[in-house]
Amino acid sequence: MEDRHSAKQTCGGGVLFAIMFIVGLAGALVAGWWGFPQLLYSQNSQPIRFSHKVHAEAGGMECKQCHTYAASGQYVGLPSTEACGECHADETGGKSDSDKEIDKLVKTYVQPNKPIPWLTYQFQPDNVFFSHSAHTGFECVSCHPDVAKMDNPPVYYQDRLSTYSKQTMRMPGCERCHAELGVNNACYVCHK
Amino acid sequence: MSEFKEFATKWGLVVDLDKCTGCGACMISCQVENNIAPVVEASNKLRSLNWMWIFEMTNGKAFPENDAAFLPRPCMQCGKPPCVSVCPVVATDKNEEGGIVSQIYPRCIGCRYCVGACPYHARYFNWFDPIWPEGMEKAITPHASTRPRGVVEKCTLCHHRWNYAKEKARQEGKDPSALPENAYVPACVEACPTGAMYFGDLKNPKHKVHELAKSPNAFRLLEKLGTNPQVYYVSAREWVRKQGDNQLPAKEKA
Repeated sequence: MEDRHSAKQTCGGGVLFAIMFIVGLAGALVAGWWGFPQLLYSQNSQPIRFSHKVHAEAGGMECKQCHTYAASGQYVGLPSTEACGECHADETGGKSDSDKEIDKLVKTYVQPNKPIPWLTYQFQPDNVFFSHSAHTGFECVSCHPDVAKMDNPPVYYQDRLSTYSKQTMRMPGCERCHAELGVNNACYVCHK
Repeated sequence: MSEFKEFATKWGLVVDLDKCTGCGACMISCQVENNIAPVVEASNKLRSLNWMWIFEMTNGKAFPENDAAFLPRPCMQCGKPPCVSVCPVVATDKNEEGGIVSQIYPRCIGCRYCVGACPYHARYFNWFDPIWPEGMEKAITPHASTRPRGVVEKCTLCHHRWNYAKEKARQEGKDPSALPENAYVPACVEACPTGAMYFGDLKNPKHKVHELAKSPNAFRLLEKLGTNPQVYYVSAREWVRKQGDNQLPAKEKA
């Protein structure tokens, strides 16, 4: 009798243990894959809901029309407020969401001629040296996301601890391409 | 130690010690260019840090024969760098064309093996976070990444200036791997008021340093160690050349 009784108890303990293990595992996975990134990254949106799609498709504009090289060739810059103002000088007065967004741009930035605080997804840490002029042989979209097809700017995720952008190009991506093309992968090729 | 590569381009610095007045312009320009925090008390070796340092040399003789020289000491960019072979995390490496020994601060774990291994004392450890007095942080340049407490740093021969020179050459449609003389010079060379410092590709016959390094008056620091530095010194004075290899008087007599 005594033996059977104790055997039953062990069996029930095993089931309980298995349930607790699964619940714990699921909890840990949710915390690790969903909870922690929520804590670590702050979600920010662009100051203006800029549609690349409208400009590229309807406007027929090319990347280089707005994203021009800096004199040093180090980066392809964001357009100045004046450049936006060349087309968007006056308010539309329209009622649609897009018109309201254009009016916001004109009123807050173009007319007072203030720089637009765009969030740069590709922002790199300060110890990175990247030269666009060394990579002119490539299409923009071979490294950058194809924003020309995006109607809404994606959410900008910023690491709360390091302040780096989550969506920036990572070192393994640079290294892989350099290795495949037989370009030197020494540290100082890209770092300073 | 034959595992180190030989490069087609070897950036070399040649310092004419007979022209150097020890004014310190190279030290200051280096400090400004590479974001080295202002030194509060230079005699406090825990708190002071200089990629470029000037040593005073004398021949040790009494007045009429007394003679002095000043020796600016950057990182020697050794052909066989003792610091690289001791680094456990490959934070420092000699792997790029040009032969400049790299130092990656985020990768450095601060073990300081390289500081001990460097026979030239060219490496410095950040015992403290750098402090810029209020307002001076505006002078921080984008050329060099600032270093936190706990990592080692050293002269890079202003490697960023090479990057800028290559970039300029690309934009002008020239070959970035065949830069003309003076397209790339470190800040110290640019600042030297007496023109005592020369910089260029040691392997390019069109560059002045190519000849200067071969001069019979040229020598390198502690050459007998076999570190094979890319920094050369020139002096017509024999005692200066001898001190460069740390020849002891007893050894000379023997």
